[in-house]
Order: sequence, then structure tokens, then C-alpha cells
Amino acid sequence: MTTLDIQAYRLSLPDTARPVLAGVDLTVGARETVALVGESGSGKSLTSRSVLGLLPAGARTEGTVRVNGEDVLTMAPEQLRRLRTSSAAMIFQDPRAAINPLRRIGDFLTESVRLNAGAAPAAATARAAEMLEAVGLTAAALRQYPGELSGGMLQRVMIAAALMGDPALILADEPTTALDVTTQAEVVALLGDLRTRFGTGLLFVTHDLGLAAAISDRVYVMYAGRIAETGPAEALFDRPRHPYTAALLNSTPRLEAPAGRLAAIEGRPPSLQEELVGCPFAPRCPLATFLCSQQAPALLPVAGEPARRVACHHSDRTGEGSVHA
Amino acid sequence: MSFLRFAARRLAEMAATLFGASFVIFGAMYLAPGNPASFLLSGRSASPEALKAINAQYHLDDPFVLQYLRWTGQILHGDFGRSITYRTDVSRLLADRLPSTLLLVGMALVLVVALGLLLGWIGAVRGGAADSTILVSTTFALGTPSFVAAVLLQGLFAVKLGWFPTGGTGDGLGQMIWHLTLPAVALALYLIGMLARVTRAAMLEVLGQEHVTVARSRGVSDHKVIRRHVFRNALGTVLTTGGLIVSTLLVCTVLVESAFSVGGIGQLLELSTTTKDFPTVQAISLIMVGLFMTVNLVVDLLHPLVDPRVTLGPRRSAA
Amino acid sequence: MTATLLRRPGLARIRTTRAPLQRLCLGFVALVVLAALLAPWLAPYDPNAVDLGNALAGPSADHLLGVDASGRDTLSRLLTGARTSLLGPLGVVAFSTLAGVAVGVAAAWRGGWLDSVLSRSTELVFAFPGMLLAILIVSVYGEGLLAPVIALAIAYLPYVSRLTRSLVLAERRRPYVEAYQVQGHSGLQICLRHVVPGIAPVVLAQSTVNFGYALIDLAGLSFLGLGVPALTPDWGRMVFDGQSAIQHGYPLSAILPCAAIVLTVVAFNVVGERWADQVARRDR
Repeated sequence: MTTLDIQAYRLSLPDTARPVLAGVDLTVGARETVALVGESGSGKSLTSRSVLGLLPAGARTEGTVRVNGEDVLTMAPEQLRRLRTSSAAMIFQDPRAAINPLRRIGDFLTESVRLNAGAAPAAATARAAEMLEAVGLTAAALRQYPGELSGGMLQRVMIAAALMGDPALILADEPTTALDVTTQAEVVALLGDLRTRFGTGLLFVTHDLGLAAAISDRVYVMYAGRIAETGPAEALFDRPRHPYTAALLNSTPRLEAPAGRLAAIEGRPPSLQEELVGCPFAPRCPLATFLCSQQAPALLPVAGEPARRVACHHSDRTGEGSVHA
Repeated sequence: MSFLRFAARRLAEMAATLFGASFVIFGAMYLAPGNPASFLLSGRSASPEALKAINAQYHLDDPFVLQYLRWTGQILHGDFGRSITYRTDVSRLLADRLPSTLLLVGMALVLVVALGLLLGWIGAVRGGAADSTILVSTTFALGTPSFVAAVLLQGLFAVKLGWFPTGGTGDGLGQMIWHLTLPAVALALYLIGMLARVTRAAMLEVLGQEHVTVARSRGVSDHKVIRRHVFRNALGTVLTTGGLIVSTLLVCTVLVESAFSVGGIGQLLELSTTTKDFPTVQAISLIMVGLFMTVNLVVDLLHPLVDPRVTLGPRRSAA
Repeated sequence: MTATLLRRPGLARIRTTRAPLQRLCLGFVALVVLAALLAPWLAPYDPNAVDLGNALAGPSADHLLGVDASGRDTLSRLLTGARTSLLGPLGVVAFSTLAGVAVGVAAAWRGGWLDSVLSRSTELVFAFPGMLLAILIVSVYGEGLLAPVIALAIAYLPYVSRLTRSLVLAERRRPYVEAYQVQGHSGLQICLRHVVPGIAPVVLAQSTVNFGYALIDLAGLSFLGLGVPALTPDWGRMVFDGQSAIQHGYPLSAILPCAAIVLTVVAFNVVGERWADQVARRDR
């Protein structure tokens, strides 16, 4: 059974002209690491928050978001709490903002299992100490306040907190963006290490293609609330099939590539106030034709590469290397 | 260890401010037109004995600084001098009247804390119609002076409906509480509005913070998130209003005790001001300032316990 | 026709930024001020004309709002009382604002000993609630309007100067100040020409709120008989007079001045707070 299975998921907010998420299909298998890549505003954070049922006020949804086979969108509050305590957990972008500065680390770690799973305080504390050691901290941190720890240490605490309920799925929402570069590498290494040790599925949300390539088995590229392209990480970065993926790769500095000019993608993502006809990327796309502005491309398998799917009318032309926006 | 040093420093600062305040209270009589002796005796026969008594109390022939030091020395020994109107020791007057004022202020404080926090909580958490109702009523509470509330409450609940006595203090604790209920409500009304506003704003600020979403994302139920995170974090801001609340309560006893003829130190302050009984005015001013500063000290000392981010003077190193 | 009107930018701004409550309060403030200014012409009777035979009479064609326990016309006393009730707070606010801004600017610009003297004395005045300081001064000088106004102005001064100080410190860090300094403008010139006008809206919004508080404090002193002289009509004094009328079963002459005080304070508070909110939004 897939750990996370999102099918035809649409999410609309009040006062917007188009759905924020327009038919997202995404799966994460057991022990699999999947990256969800996109610019800010593409809907990637909303997708990951939806998995825990954290919806903005007034949101309307269609489709299904299943964790371990159960649909999150139709869950009763009690079920939702159980899901958040023991099935799925989230790691947030800025650990300094994500942990209550007035409560001790020990309280933060054990809060969820004590209040919901009814764990005895002593057992919860023992588990917290164990998890702290698993992320490379010591039990001494239990008595400390968040203000006494560095950002990198706090993100480790955040990871330990996510592991407390032994979840099948961890959602990491830009977990390294707020950290400095060396700490970023440590946290990424830690996440990879923990996946093999605890066997959790990981959905890694990021805008950083290099990071996505380094950590994930499969990648989803998201644009304007839709999946533009998906496939195994290596194949997708080697031969992008969607012009947006190609443009993103061109705008990302790479160590191994010869130093060339980085190309910014011209234009901006479509605003939520305009309705979309056709392909959402068409106005910024060098390959766009009349067809692109009239009909939205479906997410279809790529010929000869069954693991890959792409939503582009001209995916066969993308590989030609002519994509410079 | 460092908490003790922090406490000692705060205590020293409080002593310094209290010293300054007592200086102002003592020196005020030299602002009066004419010489201090005639001011202190104003409106009364300046008989040689009376002059002698005043001189004995204030040592008006000594240099100013010496007079002041002698005065503070006496107060430190519990001697506030003699009341000119009542011809008795001010400390005896205070001892008779302080209990009812403290009971009144205590009752009002309970009302302020209970209702202020409750209304602020409801306004922040519920929103909608409940919030609008609370906003409008607190706006009016903030515009209602305690003496206006006192007169209106007295007119409605004591004169018209007869549920409570129109005034007086009563004997025995039960009677006193019954007599002081309306005055306590009048005293509390404005501050309930203020505290509700402060609590609401502080809780709304915390509600917008990411760690509240994080707590929800970890399956903590909504009301526990509100209690353990939102209210708990707002408490520090709420606590800082403690000094203002107590000082307002103390000063407004002057108005409310006069309106309800409560025999407390507030009424005594009003009476001694109109009768120009300056030693009594000095004593009560000093006691009010002292009580206010004691509360401020307690608030300062509690703050680091409520909020670990508050630094204790020289910060201990983060280990 | 309406469409063109709506598009005019000035009108649109008034429609969106001024909530009805604020307009209502602004209107009430204007009404009270107007009543105070025109009281001698508006008041139908001499506010101190005693007519004991007519004491505690209800509203009638002759006395629209009735008569108090001494037979004085309540409407005339309310109108004339608006003068003293507003003049006192105006004095408090004017003095505390002017002096507070001067002290605050000096402390922020100069720093050093001036700043520490200011913060010490601020702490001292904070320990004295305004009412208590006023009572202390009144007990020395005797009743009257001037002594309490000065005492309250001193008590309010630190609030203004502390606000000013923090605003000026923030303003000083802005690049334009340095630009003027480089061009050889003196500190005083920069302060008066640029810094003070820049921070004025925030300070004035705070002073508007302070006006309400000063009104409460001064009315309280009159209620105690420590403010204006006994015969001068004043809302606080009218509440005191009305208290005995209530006990005679005639609440109107107490309720009216109470309502005048509460509504005026609420109006000033709402106007001041909304103004401060608008300034804060604009600065952001």
C-alpha cells in the first residue's frame, strides 16, 4: 500500500478566480523519498499541509488525499488528531518560529504523544531522549528552552519531534531554507540517514532543484497548482521533458556543469486572480504554440520511459537543448 | 544564583525610586505659598502650643535635608506623625481604615483578573459576534470613570432595586463583602475593559504565530493549543499591566470610597485633602506609591518565570 | 453619474478608510466642541440661576432636560459645563504634548546624561499615578483648575516624551537625516523642519487618547470637590450633585452628565485609536 496517495486533488479558496490546486496526483511509497519542487506560490506547501488536514479557512476540496489508505479530507476531528499524532508528521521551514519559545524542549517533544496517545510521562520522556540521540543531540536538551539552542539544533529537535509518534510519513516543508549552508547539509544528511533507519516515507518540499536531486528517489515539479512533470530524479534532471523543468535547471547553478550564464525565467507565475485557459506555463514558454494557449495538456506517460509523466504538448521537443528563456 | 542578583538589583532600584517619591511627597509642602508652619496649620488657630507641636513633629527650624531625613526615619519606625484634623496618630487612622481598602481593592482585583482574562480570551478565540460585542462593551468600559460607574450602580442596584446597601463599610467579613460589592464592581469596570483589550490583542498576536499551527499539526486539540500555547504565551504581556492595574485600583478608591462612604484610606485621603490635613495626605500618598511599587517589583520578579526569554540583567551564557 | 463619483480617488478613500463608527465619534467630538464654544448663546438659562421652588422637576417645555436639586436648568449646566470639562483636558494635553515632545526630542538627539536623567525622572513620575499627584498638589495649593491641570500635565509628560524618544531614535537612523547633516544643517533645524513633523501624527494620535484620560481624571477631581470652584458648572461636579438627586428618586440629573462624560471620552478614544491605527498602517 502506498503511504501517501493523492488523486485528482483540487483545492479552491474564496476570492480567487481559479483553484489553487487543480488536480494534483502524487504518491509516496513506503520508505520512499519524493521531492516536490516549485516556485513559491506554486501550491507545493498547500499540498503538503493538506496531507495533515491543515487547510486555510474557507477552503473547498475535491478528490482524495489518502494516508495509509484513509482519506484525510473526510476524516472526523478525532481521526485527524490520531493521524497527526501517529501516522504523519511535518517538519517546518523555520524551527525558531515553529517551536513555542516559552516551553522546554522536553515538553515540545512529548506534548503530542502525552496529550493524544495517552503515553505515560516517563515513557514519553524516555522516547524523547531516545529520539534526541537519534538526531545527534543529547537528553540534556530536554530541560532547555528553544532560545538556548542554535537554529540547526532546533531543526534537529523538530525532526526528533516528527519521529516521536513513529510515523509512516514525514512531510518536510523547506526544512533547510532558514538554515545556513553547512547546517543545511547536516540536516539533509540526517534526514537521509533516518529514512534508512526508521523506514519512513518522506515528502520533501523545496524550491531547490539541486537539493531535490541529491535527496530524492522521485521528483514532482509543480507549476501553478498542477504537476508539470514527474519521474525518477536522475532521469528527470538529465533529460527534462517539460520546458519549465528545463528552464528551472538552467536557472540553477551547478557545480559539475561548466560555468555558463544562468538564465532567469522571464515573466511571473500566473496570479490566482486570473482564470487559466490552456497551459499555465504558455506565456513564459519558448516552445508555446497556439495549441498551448487553448488547451491544457494532460499529465501523460513519456514514450519509452514508463516511470515518467509530463504535462506538455511539446514534450518531444524539450530535449533539443534549445530552451533558453 | 543569578536570579537572586537580579532580584537584589530590582529591589535596590525600587528603593531608589521610593526614596525619590518620598522626597517629592515631603518637599511638596514647601511649594505652598507662605511658610510651612502656617501652611500646616492653615485655617486653624496658630496658638503657640499648636506651633510648638508642629515644630516638634516636623522640626521646621532644622535645615531641609535634616527635616526630610528625620521624617523618613520616623516613617521607617512606623510613625507617620499626628493628624491635624483628628488629633491622633496617623498610623492609628491608617490601621483602622487600611483593611477595608485592601479588601475592596482585593475584590476588585479578582473581578478584573477573572473577567478581563475571560472576555479577552473569548474575544480572541471566538471572533465574530462575540468579539464585536466584547469590543463595543470594552470601549464603553474604557470610557467610564470609576465615579460615574459608582453613581450609576448605586442609583440602580442600591436606590432603585435595593439589592445592596447604598454605602458604608459594614462589620464582620460577610457584611463587609456585601457592602463592598458595588464599590468593587465600580472600581473594576474600567480595568476589566483594559485587561480584556490587552489579553485579546496579546492572544491574537500569538494565534498568528507559526508554532500554534505546528502544535495543531501535531494533533494537539484546539482548546489545548489555546491553553498551553496561546494563552500561556500571552500571559507575559498581560502580566506587565499588573502594576498599572494595581495603581489605578488604589488611586480610584479615593473616588469610589467617597461615592459609597466606605471608611477606607481612599475616603480618608479625600477628607484630609479638603481639610488640609497634610501629614495624613503625605502618609496615604506614600503608602499608595509604596504598594504600587511593591506590586511592580513582584511583577518584575515573576516575569522571568513566566517568560524564559526575559533576561535577568547580565544574561547567563546559553549553555 | 454615480460611477464617475465613485472613481474619484479622494471620495473612494473616505469611503473605505473611515468606518462609520469613527465618523460618528468624530461628529460627536465636533458637536461637543461646538456646544462648548457656543454655550453662552445656546444655554437657555443662567446655569447658576437657583429656583428652589422648581427643584428636581422633570423635563418640560421650559426645561428640556429637567432641573437639578437646586432648581438649576440641567441643559444650561451641561452646555456651560462642557467648557470647563473640555478646557482642563485641553490644557493638560497641550502642555504635556509640547513639553513632552521637547524633552523626548532632546533626550533622543543628545543622549548621554540628559537621556538618563529623563529615564530616571520618568520612572519616578510613573510611580505617581496622575490623580495622586494632582491630589497632592491640590492639598498644597487648594482647589482650582490650574493646580490639577499642571499636576496632570506633569504626570502625562513622561508618556509623551517616552513615545517621542523612541520615535525620534527610529527616525534618526533614516538616511535623510544624515544627508541633511552632511549638507551642514544644524541638529535643531533638522529636528524642527523634518523630524518633528515626521513623528507628529503618532504623537498627536496619542495625545487625542490622552485627552480622554485627562477628562476622566479632572472630572474625578471635580467630583471630589477638588477641581473647579464649587459654583462653576462642570460635568464631574454635576455627577456629584446628581448623586443626592438619585437618592431622592430623581436619576435624570445624574445620568445626563454621566452620559456626557462617557460619550465624550469614548469618542476621543475611538478617534485617537483609529488615527493611530491609520498612521501605523501608512508607515508600514
